[in-house]
Amino acid sequence: MKLIYILPVVFLTFFISCSSDDDNDTTSLNEIENLIKVKDITNDTHTIEIYTQNGKFYTGYNNISIRIKDNVEKKYIESATISWSPMMQMETMKHSCPKSEVSKVSDKNTVYNGFIIYQMTGMNNTGWSLKITYIIDNQEYEAEDTIMVMQSDKQNVTTIMGSDDVKYILALLEPSTPKIAVNDIIIGLYKMENIMKFPVVENYTIALDPRMPSMGNHSSPNNQDLTYSIKEQIYNGKLSLTMSGYWMLNLKLINDKGLVLKGEDITDSNTQSSLYLEIEF
Amino acid sequence: MKRSIVLYSCILICAITFAQDRSTQHKETDTLVTHLEEITVIGRHKLSNYRQKKTLSSIDEYLEKSNRVTMIKRGSYAWEPALNNMTSDRLSVTIDGMQIYGACTDKMDPVTSYVDVSNLEKVIVNSGQEGTENSNCIGGGIDLKLPESKYYNSGLKSSLDLGYETNGNYKTTGIDLEYSGNKFYISADGIYRESDNYNAGGGKEIKYSQFEKYNLSLQVGYKLSDTKNIDANVICDKATDIGYPALPMDVSLAKATIASISYTHTSDTTIIKHWETKLYFNTITHIMDDSKRPDVPIRMDMPGWSDTYGMYSKIKSGTKKHKLNVNLNAHYNRSLAEMTMYPNDPNENDMFMYTWPDIRTLYTGVYIKDEFYINSKEKLSLAARIGYQNNNIEKDSGLESLQIFYPNIGAGKNRLLTSFSTNYLLKHKKYDFSFGLGYGERAPSVSEGYGFFLFNSFDNYDYIGNPTLKNEKSFEINFDTHYTNKRFKIEIETSYFYIYDYIIGKTDASLSSMTIGANGVRIYSALQHASIFNTFLNTSFTIIEALSLNTSIGYHYGKGSDKNNLPLISPISYVAEINYSSKNFNAALQLNGNTNQDNYSMFYGEDQTPAFATLNLNLGNTFFIRENKLVFKYGIENILDTHYSTYADWNNIPRQGRNFYINTSFLIR
Repeated sequence: MKLIYILPVVFLTFFISCSSDDDNDTTSLNEIENLIKVKDITNDTHTIEIYTQNGKFYTGYNNISIRIKDNVEKKYIESATISWSPMMQMETMKHSCPKSEVSKVSDKNTVYNGFIIYQMTGMNNTGWSLKITYIIDNQEYEAEDTIMVMQSDKQNVTTIMGSDDVKYILALLEPSTPKIAVNDIIIGLYKMENIMKFPVVENYTIALDPRMPSMGNHSSPNNQDLTYSIKEQIYNGKLSLTMSGYWMLNLKLINDKGLVLKGEDITDSNTQSSLYLEIEF
Repeated sequence: MKRSIVLYSCILICAITFAQDRSTQHKETDTLVTHLEEITVIGRHKLSNYRQKKTLSSIDEYLEKSNRVTMIKRGSYAWEPALNNMTSDRLSVTIDGMQIYGACTDKMDPVTSYVDVSNLEKVIVNSGQEGTENSNCIGGGIDLKLPESKYYNSGLKSSLDLGYETNGNYKTTGIDLEYSGNKFYISADGIYRESDNYNAGGGKEIKYSQFEKYNLSLQVGYKLSDTKNIDANVICDKATDIGYPALPMDVSLAKATIASISYTHTSDTTIIKHWETKLYFNTITHIMDDSKRPDVPIRMDMPGWSDTYGMYSKIKSGTKKHKLNVNLNAHYNRSLAEMTMYPNDPNENDMFMYTWPDIRTLYTGVYIKDEFYINSKEKLSLAARIGYQNNNIEKDSGLESLQIFYPNIGAGKNRLLTSFSTNYLLKHKKYDFSFGLGYGERAPSVSEGYGFFLFNSFDNYDYIGNPTLKNEKSFEINFDTHYTNKRFKIEIETSYFYIYDYIIGKTDASLSSMTIGANGVRIYSALQHASIFNTFLNTSFTIIEALSLNTSIGYHYGKGSDKNNLPLISPISYVAEINYSSKNFNAALQLNGNTNQDNYSMFYGEDQTPAFATLNLNLGNTFFIRENKLVFKYGIENILDTHYSTYADWNNIPRQGRNFYINTSFLIR
């Protein structure tokens, strides 16, 4: 009987001792726990490792982690200033996309983090390239390569032209794992100032009406329209999901003067807003 | 959980000491007792003694014969009993004191559907607060009694039953085997029922009204000594391919296993006459399915599960003037139901939700009843039940889904439930008179408290449970009187319930229905008060010894504080029967009907059900072949092939048309 309790302990000890033997760089491995590498971008001096949760870039919001490895010393850089520039090369034009700053993850030594919102992708997932510019000890370096961006199954980002003739981009940041519950919903709202500049739009309101088209456009109660948070530079609201499945988040974009720039109310005759995002779980 | 077990043990110990204190008093049997019981208990019939008109009738048909019980029908199987015009949520329906929770969110599996007549000895129906022996209720209690211990030393006995009915090609087969010794008995029975679609009056086939069912039961007992015995009982009930013509879905499986073991101490010499302690458990699986329906807006599966573990300890004690009953009971139930909908677009994910989000109910309670025989003509009964109920939403996702509607609720909810009743009986040679008062409370049912988008096809609304509901409280007055002459007997029974915080759905126009085509969403909430009144006038006239005429007429009324009529309240109902019975032959011609339903509840989806009357003929013969007995029961139901439905038929589904039936029973000794 006692053996039953002792055996697992013995096995556990065995495995722990085995696994820690051949691992002389535990801290750097642990820093990217639960992340999968998307790509290495290299230049003569450094290798830039790019990670996401699932090892791929998708259209929409991508939370991206970066490490820079010195090609000679094989060590990860702990103090760098990084910026990035994604670029879509299309047949007749090119443009960038909304993105955050890249900053060091506070409780980690070698990992830098930020997000990029790819609003589209090209044929065979191509067209995008990513340029990383970084400064180490006052010396500036650059590395660039093409990247693959997969098309998300559902519309989690949308580019629209508002009635004010401004091009806006809305991207769904949360819920990343929707639940049958009242979920926190976060949307990032950006406008396209020029092909390179996509600043955050402040103090608008995004009205929310989630629907299930497969269930006769069933809606849910106690949703909350999204409002701007100055601190986080995002839009926060509440999203009630009464069941799993496909939900269409019908939206209305309202500017700081209360003018609707895009989107319509859902009625019996109008089952869908021209501005929407999608969730399926 | 632990605390309530401790509490429960304390009560048990107290009760034992209390009982022992009184054991110095000497016992007395009272001849009044047996006679009175027939009055306090409004229906108490032996089931399987071949006195029934149809030996192989289902438990549903059997219950329907009782005056106060009406059956709500959604098809030809699993009818829902209603007592005093109140349905399952307001009743205490138990199997020999065992608590069972149906596993269907749409009430397609009332407790009575998981047993068969072959399992039972009798059914005890108690009105109002007199029905709280096994749990708290408002409308009354229905206890389906399993057979008593059978230490008859009668050796091996067996019987075979065969039944056939023309309408629906309904076949029944039953086998009974019993061995009874002095110290040991074993009895087993099995019954199989199968029916195709039935035809309504006029010959129209009612699609999706078929069913098939097996029921097996085994009972064993062993006598440890003259005063102590131990009994065990297992019932396995499995119904498949059950059609519900009144509903948008059918049931592919309804399965129950009901098991119990009990220890009984009986004694005539001590103050405690009878002490039975039982441990039980039951598990139910119920699977709704719509695969046989050609046109549905969306395909869905709706399985449900219910497991209950419980125990009770019942003590019967008595002195010369008092007869005391104590019942300590506790049970723990887990109810879980879910719904998966399959979108018409196959690329979309399945849609899933918990319709009963793993609700746990823990109930502990004590019931005490004292019957005080003031003198040879008067009796005063007092009864009380105090129960403690805890509900808990076990699954976090279940709690989160309900928090969409009630952001501030927690997972747990405690309720204290009390019930008191008193009854005074005056008995004379030719007449008797009884008057009762009662107060009772009940907790909301699992669906009323925690249901999540439960579609009610009766009023075409989705229902959302409400964990914040108050207990429903009822004040009741009842009055019965009998007058018996040599050949003539007349009886008036009345009961009036004034119910506070009457739980019922209220439309919330701001909510969007989930079910495609539903009218909207109703949230369980409470009417400030509601009144329910029932009265019956029963007469019986014996023309000659073998020939008698019985009639019964009932009037019912139910209204809420919002001035709306309550749903499922019977219009005036009547039965008239002429009965002939001799030793080996019996015959009965019965007229059964309702008047026009004037006080229907439009708000709750009812329309006016027109008046109807049906005529039935029942005949029976008994033959003796040496020691063995052969019983034939045959007859015609709905002789005139009337096309009708009653107020209790879900969505006006028409009832069975003309039906010829024959039941044969062969008893081998």
